[in-house]
Amino acid sequence: MFQGMRFLPEQASTVASKVDALFFFLVGVTVFFSTLIFACVIVFALRYRRRSEAERPAAIHGSTLLEIIWSVIPLAIALTIFAWGATLYIHLTRPPQSSIEIFVVARQWMWKFQHPGGQRELNELHIPVGRPVKVTMTSEDVIHSFFVPAFRVKMDVLPGKYTTAWFEAVKPGQYHLFCAEYCGTSHSQMGGWVHVMEPAEYERWLAGDKPGESMAAAGERLYQRLGCQACHLKEGSGRAPSLVGIYGKPVQLATGQKVIADDGYVRESILNPQAKLVTGYPPIMPTFKGLVNEEQLTQLLAYIKSLRLEEKAQAQ
Amino acid sequence: MSTEPAAEHPNYLTVSHTVRSWLLTRDHKRIALLYLISISGFFILGGILAGLIRLELLTPQGDLLLSENYNKVFTLHGVIMIFFFLIPSIPAVLGNFLVPIMIGARDLAFPKINLLSWYIYTLGGIFTIVAAVTGGVDTGWTFYTPYSSIYANTNVVLTAVGVFISGFSSILTGLNFIVTIHKMRAPGLTWMRLPLFIWAHYATSIIMLLGTPVVAITILLVGLERALHIGIFDPALGGDPLLFQHLFWFYSHPAVYIMILPGMGVISELITCFSRKRIFGYQFVAASSLAIAAVGFLVWGHHMFVSSQSVYAGMIFSFLSFLVAIPSAVKVFNWTATMYKGSISLRTPMLYAFGFIGLFTIGGLTGLFLSALAVDVHVTDTYFVVAHFHYIMVGGAIMAYMGGLHFWWPKITGRMFSEVWGRIAAIVLFVGFNLTFFPQFILGFLGMPRRYHMYPPEFQVLNVLSTAGASILGLGYLLPAFYLLWSLWFGAKAGNNPWGAAGLEWETPSPPPVENFERTPVVTEEAYAYDKPQPHAVPEASRA
Amino acid sequence: MPETHPAHAHQFETPEQQYEVSTLGMWAFLVTEIMFFGGLFAGFIVYVTFYAQGFAEGSRHLDITLGTVNTLVLLGSSLTMAMAVHSAQLGRRSRLLIFLALTLALGLVFLGIKGVEYSHKFHEHLVPGPSFRFDSALAQNVQLFFSFYFAMTGMHALHMIVGAGLLIWLMVGTARGRFSTEYFTPVEVTGLYWHFVDIVWIFLFPTLYLVARHQ
Repeated sequence: MFQGMRFLPEQASTVASKVDALFFFLVGVTVFFSTLIFACVIVFALRYRRRSEAERPAAIHGSTLLEIIWSVIPLAIALTIFAWGATLYIHLTRPPQSSIEIFVVARQWMWKFQHPGGQRELNELHIPVGRPVKVTMTSEDVIHSFFVPAFRVKMDVLPGKYTTAWFEAVKPGQYHLFCAEYCGTSHSQMGGWVHVMEPAEYERWLAGDKPGESMAAAGERLYQRLGCQACHLKEGSGRAPSLVGIYGKPVQLATGQKVIADDGYVRESILNPQAKLVTGYPPIMPTFKGLVNEEQLTQLLAYIKSLRLEEKAQAQ
Repeated sequence: MSTEPAAEHPNYLTVSHTVRSWLLTRDHKRIALLYLISISGFFILGGILAGLIRLELLTPQGDLLLSENYNKVFTLHGVIMIFFFLIPSIPAVLGNFLVPIMIGARDLAFPKINLLSWYIYTLGGIFTIVAAVTGGVDTGWTFYTPYSSIYANTNVVLTAVGVFISGFSSILTGLNFIVTIHKMRAPGLTWMRLPLFIWAHYATSIIMLLGTPVVAITILLVGLERALHIGIFDPALGGDPLLFQHLFWFYSHPAVYIMILPGMGVISELITCFSRKRIFGYQFVAASSLAIAAVGFLVWGHHMFVSSQSVYAGMIFSFLSFLVAIPSAVKVFNWTATMYKGSISLRTPMLYAFGFIGLFTIGGLTGLFLSALAVDVHVTDTYFVVAHFHYIMVGGAIMAYMGGLHFWWPKITGRMFSEVWGRIAAIVLFVGFNLTFFPQFILGFLGMPRRYHMYPPEFQVLNVLSTAGASILGLGYLLPAFYLLWSLWFGAKAGNNPWGAAGLEWETPSPPPVENFERTPVVTEEAYAYDKPQPHAVPEASRA
Repeated sequence: MPETHPAHAHQFETPEQQYEVSTLGMWAFLVTEIMFFGGLFAGFIVYVTFYAQGFAEGSRHLDITLGTVNTLVLLGSSLTMAMAVHSAQLGRRSRLLIFLALTLALGLVFLGIKGVEYSHKFHEHLVPGPSFRFDSALAQNVQLFFSFYFAMTGMHALHMIVGAGLLIWLMVGTARGRFSTEYFTPVEVTGLYWHFVDIVWIFLFPTLYLVARHQ
């Protein structure tokens, strides 16, 4: 029962110590004010205890000055905590450009991981120490939540859209992965492990794990099998816009709006093509709902993203 | 003014003994007792479910219940405790009994609607119990979609109907209180002379009125979705599961203020009586109740920081959540300052008030952890949140309820309870409570998620401590059940004002006559004018 | 104080207090109704923003003529209701009865026209659920539009049916001589309720029939 017991969680990511700093500041504030109040209550209860039933207490109505003081000081402390938490939070929501991109598909009751190189994992995630990792996640059914306590990271995983989180591990080891949004019968069994490895070991693991095709290559294979290239010609002269270099760029829609062609846009356009139609093109793209699952969608996404790199490479 | 027991005159209890006179009563005092019985029943049920949870969590494996049944147990525990115990408790029992008397009225504005309110509550409760015994529901009390609208195959609709119906009970009670407080105050009872218990119930009633209809419509939409698969919250059909969360929390966050504000009103009454002193900063305490009600409607998104809500929305909700903490802090400081240079008596109700101040302070401060975005990312959906809300709801609201029940017990029943046992129970509750819930803060920080049937073995020690505490807590609740019931037959008869308290309710016999007062009182003083000479005699020295 | 009116309840000091309490009570209740419908409007606004095209498509399938007629019918019924309250204030029993009957009639006309609209939608397979059929890529969003259409107008119709019941109850009371210049609170309070239900329609009609269709 006492084995492995801790009172403090491990700090295994770059942000863990930062989050803990704020956490312990809050503990300090809590201890301070609780002690203050407890002490006052106890001291007053003893010092002013009723000695006779005929006692008449002091006729004190209040003190506006005190009210101001004990409103302003807590407000100042509260706003300090707010600013600290908000700043750190913004950092938590901005994955570095150099992040390794891992795709996660959650479903009742398991976690499926796809590495860019095509390696797939079930309920386990191998990552290298010292490099930022960004997870792009979606669910096949209900809302789940990706939670690694040692990294201080948590993000809900929803059906029908992508959510992301990022982390950079600082210590090799094995860390719990939990599902943190109640998702049905086996919610508490929907756990796993994040294995953080030294870089060399990680490279060995990548190579050793079934040298299949990369995600982008799988995506390209799908792209051709499904016939996308028939309309989406690379030069842009086909019935559909070229997809080379569109990822991450603004797109003009038929309704006049402009949107960024991000992960969610690409996924939505495959499943519901008329939702955000590009201007100047007829609404003839069929829907691929039911013909591709979430993992295949992420592979197509990886391929389309890779077309951006190609363009850059060509320009160089 | 006489302090003799009013045994000779008929009071609201003795005026009639038929079952009909109870089930068809219009008397707010009898309706309060009807609620007391129902609410106590639900509390026992919810408590048994809590016991099952804590028993299961003694071991990391799921060896007591099947996962599916454990999920039903914690769902039902939440639904019953929130909708059928905490939300009605103080308003429906103490509020119903005291609001008219405290303002010098003969009854509430709408006595028949008051009775209807109890019947609606009971009907809602029946639906929920039927849902529970015919298969239960396993969505969590928060009913998140799409699990609840599409995937769950348990009695979602039946439970939703039960909750929907009970919401109307809440709305009608709130409506009754608002109209009564506005229009039926005794001559001379201006707003700034009202007891803070009344201010608290006024603010609570505003929230009941504005918030409950929104959750009602949300529940309706979930029901429609389940029945017709129409895609309001189903992403596969173009719906948005986040819309559910926004609509749900728009009510359910203010709902937590429905659960705590009345308790704060009780504490103001207890602290002033047992310090025999005016409340420090009356206007500030009154205004803080209104501020909490108002700002409480603006912070719901702090339940959704990791839901994929936008970063900017998160920042706004975080900022506002910090603001809403300030009026609560102001109350705690004012209560403490009230004790300064007072005349402190440590009778049972005061011990509960102390327990409230201590535990609510801790619970409220842990709310700051949850409002801080970066920290919330780590601790949301873990036992940290469970500990936070139990500190406020059990350490706060239920302590206040127990304190109020003990304080007004002589008024309601005409009997005094055993002071010795009262103090013992209060202390046992305080100890048991802390042992149950403090370890959960640590568990949450360590990363143990909530609603977990099984957990990794390294969390076991803290869970065992928590369960040990729960057994003490259970004992603490059992004790008052015994000595309070015992007092009904064997307790010393109480006079008008056994505590020497200020307030219109203490100027009428215990138990009060049907019309509350022989003649409509005229108010000439501010509330808690303890520094002025009191019209009532020194309180009785009552001991069991 | 003169002898108490038979309708004077024991908890009130004066009839004036009782009257004020009743009207404040109805206003407070109407606030809850605003929040209730507000939730539906909020959901609708969220989705009409996401799915402008689909919602426009759905809105175009609503019968704007029938909707306009219904709006005029309801406005008319509010006028007759106001006349009823006025008659009650003046103690004019027969006029009160007539105006209550007219209000009820107009209300029933509204419900009848709504019934006709609903049956049209049923035959066009536009009722959400298993029988829904719509040939277009936007079918999903159109179904969502109609879910809101039926939920919102259905809720409204339910409130109208309750209102109709209240009107019948008032007519019975009037016939029995229950109301006079000293006491007509139920008429006034029902009037408040009826006007509110009318106002909800004033918001529903443009939202569902007029604004959404233009995208």
